Amino acid sequence: MKLTHLQTLEAEAIHVMREVAAELEKPVLLFSGGKDSIVLLRLAEKAFRPARFPFPLMHVDTGHNFPEVIAFRDRRVAELGERLIVASVQESIDAGRVVEETGPRASRNRLQTTTLLDAIAEHGFDAAFGGARRDEERARAKERIMSFRDDFGGWDPKGQRPELWNIYNGRIRRGEHVRVFPLSNWTELDVWQYIATEGLEVPSIYYAHEREVFRRDGMLYAMSPFVQLIDGEQPFTDSVRYRTVGDMSCTGAVRSTATLLDDVVAEIAATEITERGETRADDRVSEAAMEDRKVAGYF
Amino acid sequence: MLATSSDLLRLATAGSVDDGKSTLIGRLLHDAKAILADQLDDLRGRDGELDLARLTDGLRAEREQGITIDVAYRYFATARRTFILADTPGHVQYTRNMVTGASTADLAIVLVDARNGVVEQTRRHAFIASLLGIPHLVVAVNKMDLVDWSEEVFDGVVRDVCAFRDQLPSVRDVAYVPISALRGDNVVEPSDEMPWYGGLPLLEQLETVEIEADRNADELRFPVQYVIRDGASDYRGYAGQVAGGVLRPGDEVLVLPSGRVSTVEAIDTYDGPLAEAFAPMSVTVRLADDLDVSRGDLICRPGDRPALARDLVADVCWMADAPLRPGGRYAIKHATHSARAIVDAIDDRVEVAALQREPGAAELALNDIGRVRLRTSKPLAFDAYARNRATGSFILVDEATNDTVGAGMIVTS
Repeated sequence: MKLTHLQTLEAEAIHVMREVAAELEKPVLLFSGGKDSIVLLRLAEKAFRPARFPFPLMHVDTGHNFPEVIAFRDRRVAELGERLIVASVQESIDAGRVVEETGPRASRNRLQTTTLLDAIAEHGFDAAFGGARRDEERARAKERIMSFRDDFGGWDPKGQRPELWNIYNGRIRRGEHVRVFPLSNWTELDVWQYIATEGLEVPSIYYAHEREVFRRDGMLYAMSPFVQLIDGEQPFTDSVRYRTVGDMSCTGAVRSTATLLDDVVAEIAATEITERGETRADDRVSEAAMEDRKVAGYF
Repeated sequence: MLATSSDLLRLATAGSVDDGKSTLIGRLLHDAKAILADQLDDLRGRDGELDLARLTDGLRAEREQGITIDVAYRYFATARRTFILADTPGHVQYTRNMVTGASTADLAIVLVDARNGVVEQTRRHAFIASLLGIPHLVVAVNKMDLVDWSEEVFDGVVRDVCAFRDQLPSVRDVAYVPISALRGDNVVEPSDEMPWYGGLPLLEQLETVEIEADRNADELRFPVQYVIRDGASDYRGYAGQVAGGVLRPGDEVLVLPSGRVSTVEAIDTYDGPLAEAFAPMSVTVRLADDLDVSRGDLICRPGDRPALARDLVADVCWMADAPLRPGGRYAIKHATHSARAIVDAIDDRVEVAALQREPGAAELALNDIGRVRLRTSKPLAFDAYARNRATGSFILVDEATNDTVGAGMIVTS
């Protein structure tokens, strides 16, 4: 009688989700349309069906998303029959809550934090499920599964609550909240293997496709209305796919011919670069870019 | 590589940079191909030298101070097994973080610097591993290259650990491996330098240690976590994670604390009904009778029920600046059950350096471990931690700050 490692990780994640549903008043599940949050939705089905989810879904929409991902998001939500809240970065900009960056390297990545925290406050959410994994990045490697946020939405990396066994402490005061990461112990490969095992649909941009791209800082970015070319940058068409789903302005594509799920899994198994290292400009700002953003309330 | 059918081993390492802990982890991850190219680049300091400590010391403060403060989790897999490694700090002032990482581990690696032999930290780490009920211990005697690969030095370490072995009652087996993490000897590949060593290299040790028997497969324990109700289909099921034993449809079961008896009608999952469920599966149980069952209740077999009591004795690791004292009141969370607890007495405090229990302690300070008597506001259904880690553990929470201040391992009622 033993479980495979994926079954063990699944059982752990379901346990985490049910703990939060039982102990917190008003959770929300952050759904971006990306592979990790797609897995979160399947785990929520496993945790709560045949009942409805005891929480709504929320997407922090930067307005710079891939259209394929937004279409997938809406289709998946409709299939599930659950409620989706869209928190819009554009609205935060229009309301003067944040100021848009300018220049060819402008990104709305940082602005999302304000939109997210405003939405959490507006709806009175006291827990937010996210799909972050510890293998993604070294500050995330340090974070608890249930991670406390103060009333500014901030994370205190040196003052984390000890987290023992599978006993989670979800006690908070009004205005504070917890971020919950049921996939903490999953790797990128685990996520893809789970997607394969469960037969989950993912947005088409995760598979190889022809796309007009340009090269910047060693990464391939999609041509889109949200980027400006810098002198010397030339668009060209290549066969690419995405390893992560973020903004078009700061998410790099990888050259690939993997058009089937098995090809993607094989590619991930053989990769020599981490997903964030290969595809996320937002982590390249400094050695502690993620830690600094998390301290400020980022996902 | 695609080890979808492999099982999962959780291990904890403890130590500081000086012990070669980071070098060892770096070596394990590197040789298991779990460090990728961009991470390797990232590990090079300004002088271009590879600095493996940067791998696990993920926080700015850790890199600045050159010490591990909090647990970092790392992941690697071989063809045989998938591993979750909790890399925990070795310094005594971060014991609470070490305890966090050790609480879920199946195996602990205790690092010994061959030049220094068994020191106070070795005993402390081994003791904490035992206290947290980690069944498998590997003593990795590192830096063998600096003692001329000496069998005598290695034997000395084995002898010194054996001398306090009987103070590690929860540890079922101890393996000793002489290694050089820096050079890779006996980490993944066997060493040519130490032909006198007849055992397995470290990684193979981790791949083959038998963990199936570690869980309590005899006594059914199912803490009810969440009641799933669906009005449309008139569905009512009790969701939870099996904490021990085996659950089958048709089984007669007892619900605590009510003491009512019923029969398992079905074990439901999203993927369909199951013929049996065992730890650590997350399932939903339907009972044949319409009982009042709610979160915090425990389902077991009528023949082997846990203790049901308001008084309990536990070893507590204290994790807050404000000390634990008799009369102190806390929130207690045990399995899925929350209540309040008051400290009746402190029986003793463990002097970890000497591995001795000293009676007459007035308080437990930060990072202290001691035996404590508690009284709870409601009866808890519990086992001794040595029998079941899930139903024998609890946390104490400060009701004013909401901080987790204590980790408890139940000894008896």
